[in-house]
Amino acid sequence: MSEAEQSVGEAEVHAWVDGRLAEERRAEVEAWLVAHPEEAERAAADRALNEQLRAHYEPVLGEPVPGRLENAALRLRRWRAAAAIAGWIAIGAATGGVAGWQLHAQHAPAPLAQPGISVIARRAALAHATYAPEVRHPVEVGADEEQHLVAWLSKRLGAQVRAPRLEAESMTLVGGRLLPRDPGPVAQFMYQSAPGRRVTLYVRTEGPEQRETAFRYAREGNVRVFYWIDRKFGYALSSTDLEREELLKLANAVYQQLNP
Amino acid sequence: MSDAVSLVALIPRLRRYARALVGERAAADDLVQDTLERAWSKLHLYRHGTDLRAWLFTVMHNVHVNQVRASRPTAALEDDMPELAQRAVQGDALLVRDLERAIAALPAAQREVLLLVALEDLSYDEAARVLGIPIGTVMSRLARAREKVRALMQGKGGSKLQVVK
Repeated sequence: MSEAEQSVGEAEVHAWVDGRLAEERRAEVEAWLVAHPEEAERAAADRALNEQLRAHYEPVLGEPVPGRLENAALRLRRWRAAAAIAGWIAIGAATGGVAGWQLHAQHAPAPLAQPGISVIARRAALAHATYAPEVRHPVEVGADEEQHLVAWLSKRLGAQVRAPRLEAESMTLVGGRLLPRDPGPVAQFMYQSAPGRRVTLYVRTEGPEQRETAFRYAREGNVRVFYWIDRKFGYALSSTDLEREELLKLANAVYQQLNP
Repeated sequence: MSDAVSLVALIPRLRRYARALVGERAAADDLVQDTLERAWSKLHLYRHGTDLRAWLFTVMHNVHVNQVRASRPTAALEDDMPELAQRAVQGDALLVRDLERAIAALPAAQREVLLLVALEDLSYDEAARVLGIPIGTVMSRLARAREKVRALMQGKGGSKLQVVK
C-alpha cells in the first residue's frame, strides 16, 4: 500500500462520497476503500443516501410555484404597500424624447400609481427569461402553424389576438406559447432576427376597467421591457438582446400593427 | 442589484431545501416566503457577483434558526427512535418514509449540513459560509449526520439503499 493510500482520512472519504475529490486522488481513495471493506460499506451507504435524497426531493423542483411565493419574490405586497417609494424596477414613462407617439400619454397615470401595470412587466420579463434562451423548445407551436397558433391562443384567451408581422424590422416569428394565469391565460409570441436575437411579446387580456396607457419602460435584471395597455389587451415586449432604443422602435411597430 | 427575476427562478431550489429541512409542505413554503421577504429587507447585505442561491440559503438558515428557537426550546429529536427499529420493511413507501424520518430525527444543525452538502450539492466551504461555521465543524456535523442516518436506516432498507444507483 502506498503512502498516499495509507493517509486517507475520514474527511477524504466524505469528499469521495460527495464527488469532491480530484481525479487522481479519487483513484487513490477508491483503492484504499477496496482494501478497507468496512469503510467502503459505510461510504457506499452514504453515497446511496445522497442519491436517495436527491431522487426523493427532486419532484419538488417541478411543482407549480404557489402564487404567494412568487409574489414574495417579486415583492408585490411590499410594492403595493409602498408603491410610491419602491424603487426596485427602473420605470421611466418613456414619453420624453419619443415624439410622434400615438399613445395617449396625457391620460396615463403616474408610473408608480398603478401597481397592476408593473406586474405585467415583471411577469413578461420572467417569461422572457424563461423561454428566450431555449434552444430546442422556445415555443409550443411554431410559426409554420401560424394560423393554428393564433386561433388556439385566441380561443384560450377568449379574445382575438394577432401575431404582428415584424419582417420590416428584420424580426421573424418563431412561434408562440400559452402561459398560465395573470390572472387569466397569457399568450407569448417569440420573434428572432437573423443573428439570433430574440424578442417576446407578452399578451394578456385586461379587465374592463383598464384603458389605454402610454408606453412604459422597465428593466428587470438584464431584460428590457416596453409595456402598455390598449383596450382589451395588455402588452409587454421584452428582450435581453436588443438595446432600449431598438426595442422601443419595435414596440412602436407592434403597436401600429395592432392598431391599423 | 440583483433582481426579482433571479429570485423567482430560485424559488424551486429554495422550496426543495426547505421541504427537506422542515418536512411538511405548508410549513416549508412558509419558511420560503419568510426567507424571500427577509431577503428583500437584507438585500443591501448581498454582495453582487456572489452566488445568490448560497446567500438565500444563509438567509433561510437565519430565519429557520430563529423560528426553531422561538417555537421549540429543544432541538429536533436527538434520541434514537425505537419505533423505527421495530418496523419491518414492506417496500419503497416505507423506505421513503424511513428516509424522511431519519432526516427529521437529526438535530437541526446536522440536518442542515447534510442537506446542503448531499441534497443541494454545496461544497464544504460553501456550506461553512452559509451556516457561518468553520469548515471543520461542517465535516464533523456531516460525519455525525451520516453515522446517525446509517444507524437509523440499517436493517430496514439498508440493503435497498445500496441498490439505488
